[in-house]
Amino acid sequence: MAAVAEEARTTGLRPATAGRSPWALAWRRLRRNRLALAALGLFVLIVLLSLAAPLYAHDIAHIANPFQPNLNGKTILDGKTVPIMQRGGGILKLGETPIGPTGNLHHYFLGADNTGRDVTSLLLYGGRASLQIGISSAIICCVVATLVALIAGFFGGTTDAILSRIMDVIWAFPVILLAICISTELLTDTQGLRLGPFIIRASSLWVPTYIIAGIYVPYVYRPVRGQVLSVVNKEFVEAAIAQGASNIRLIFSEILPNVVSTVIVLLPLMVATNMLTESALSFLSVGVQPPNVSWGTIINDGQDLLYTRPWVSLAPGIMIVLTVLALNVLGDGVRDALDPRAKLRVD
Amino acid sequence: MLTFIVRRSLWAVLVMFVITVIVFIIFFKTPGVDPARAIAGRNPSPQVLAEVRAQLGLNRPLFIQYGIMMKKIFITRDLVSYSDQGIKVVPEIFAAAPATLSLVFGATVIWIVMAMLMGVAAARLRGTFYDPILMILALIGISCPVFWLGQVVNLVTQSGLHKSVFSWVPPLGYNPLTQGPVLWFEGLIFPWITLSILYIGFYARVLRASVLEIQTEDYVRTARAKGLSEQRVLVRHTLRNSLVTFVSLFGLDFGALVGGGTILTEVVFGIHGVGFLTYEALTNLDLPTIMATVIYGAFFIVLANALVDIGYAWLDPRVRPS
Repeated sequence: MAAVAEEARTTGLRPATAGRSPWALAWRRLRRNRLALAALGLFVLIVLLSLAAPLYAHDIAHIANPFQPNLNGKTILDGKTVPIMQRGGGILKLGETPIGPTGNLHHYFLGADNTGRDVTSLLLYGGRASLQIGISSAIICCVVATLVALIAGFFGGTTDAILSRIMDVIWAFPVILLAICISTELLTDTQGLRLGPFIIRASSLWVPTYIIAGIYVPYVYRPVRGQVLSVVNKEFVEAAIAQGASNIRLIFSEILPNVVSTVIVLLPLMVATNMLTESALSFLSVGVQPPNVSWGTIINDGQDLLYTRPWVSLAPGIMIVLTVLALNVLGDGVRDALDPRAKLRVD
Repeated sequence: MLTFIVRRSLWAVLVMFVITVIVFIIFFKTPGVDPARAIAGRNPSPQVLAEVRAQLGLNRPLFIQYGIMMKKIFITRDLVSYSDQGIKVVPEIFAAAPATLSLVFGATVIWIVMAMLMGVAAARLRGTFYDPILMILALIGISCPVFWLGQVVNLVTQSGLHKSVFSWVPPLGYNPLTQGPVLWFEGLIFPWITLSILYIGFYARVLRASVLEIQTEDYVRTARAKGLSEQRVLVRHTLRNSLVTFVSLFGLDFGALVGGGTILTEVVFGIHGVGFLTYEALTNLDLPTIMATVIYGAFFIVLANALVDIGYAWLDPRVRPS
């Protein structure tokens, strides 16, 4: 568009109509969707808050290492110094209960967990892990699924049959159970997974990332393959073949640009699904491993404190619901913007 | 039709075979992990390790190892758990199944009724203030992690309001139907609601979209032109066709839930079903139990997939390949 405008200015001629790319049109439609924009804003805010985790831990809460248990620590509540693990709290008046929410941003705003760690700092750091796994696994999943779908749809025949059957098998596998299988097997050995020169440690965030990315490949593969099949016999592809284009060129410059909008519609929804799966796996203690924390592991820790210190569980749960809700609303908006005539429209 | 059923069943058997092979490879052939050590539980003694190796034939060729494993799960059913004092795994799974089935059946009833009400209401109220409200509620339902929702429900019914409104809610856990239907119902009502919320949201959205799509079809216009009442058009023409999508999705989700998809709900509510068994096995790194529950779960999903496809072909002859 800039080039057209530039040409119009230099030649003194007005273009008949300024061309608008489909992307510009989609962006314009998305901008008009207030709900989707609000969701985008909320998501960006959550990402920024999570990125600010070290800032909060060091400069506001003054905690040197938020992952370090702090059983004998003290904090300030209403101007008085009190221990973080309080004797005889809770219903049974036995043992120790971590301090509850203080409402003071500098001192255990949301209270402490079972080992005396500041829940607010953990919440922000946990957001980093959850978002990192959700986003990177969605990207890996979409890229792999798109490549496989392009190959299957373009070459067709036996290639398509074999690849589609493989996807059917992964599809038939219970999602959480498959992830549990792989995670437990990796956890039985602290050495981690060795694939040639690559070693993935069992405590690395990449283990849940790859597992989640892998199990959802068929969910992206199916719609993208359908899209490839609907494009592959169109006239512009024939024209490119007639011009002597290579297969690589056909796949990446002719077909890919026509299926990429399907992938982009799926991307925010996959991030949402993957974040929910990550939290479920972490809740079952087969996802994110200590010393890392994610929202799921904090909810798991909060299970024991549910009736005495409910905020340990409530806070990360609310964060998950807000993030996933924002992504789902955004996903609906992106779909309506990119594909206004889509069959399965919610409005 | 018969050839379709036969072909689909053969494919289901093949998928089941491939899944067992994958599970076998994950547990016995993960690079860098010694299967005997992994299967024998935490800190095994050398005797136990030797026993595991002998029992599972770990020094024999790979396909014999696979055969021994499958024989122990499907035929002799004497796969033992080394972390759990040598308990036989397969009978344990069948003992846990009624709890899971109770949970799934109740949740299913709630979710079908609620999702149909919400989906149809939203489609009928399109353009009014209520449609977006219902759809936002559905989206919130989809966005809640089920285990966290369970914790919130527990917080309210077991702690917060347990002294007043919810004093009738029994402590967490599963009370078999044989011990009295009232207690069974009271103990399961909140797990049912918790488990169904995600599906209510999802199915209400799908149903709404499908009703709206079908309303634009020619035969619906014809039905209206014939002078049929709006209600009759909705029930006999629109809804009946929307249910095809609904039923096929339902079959898959039902299979996944019976096969262990209820694990999170079972853990939060302490219901000792198949999912809980898997969870206990996880915390003990009890691999034989995990292996057996995964294959059990995969079996139900493959079965549900096949039944849905056959049912779909029976309802709609166009999808039957000639």
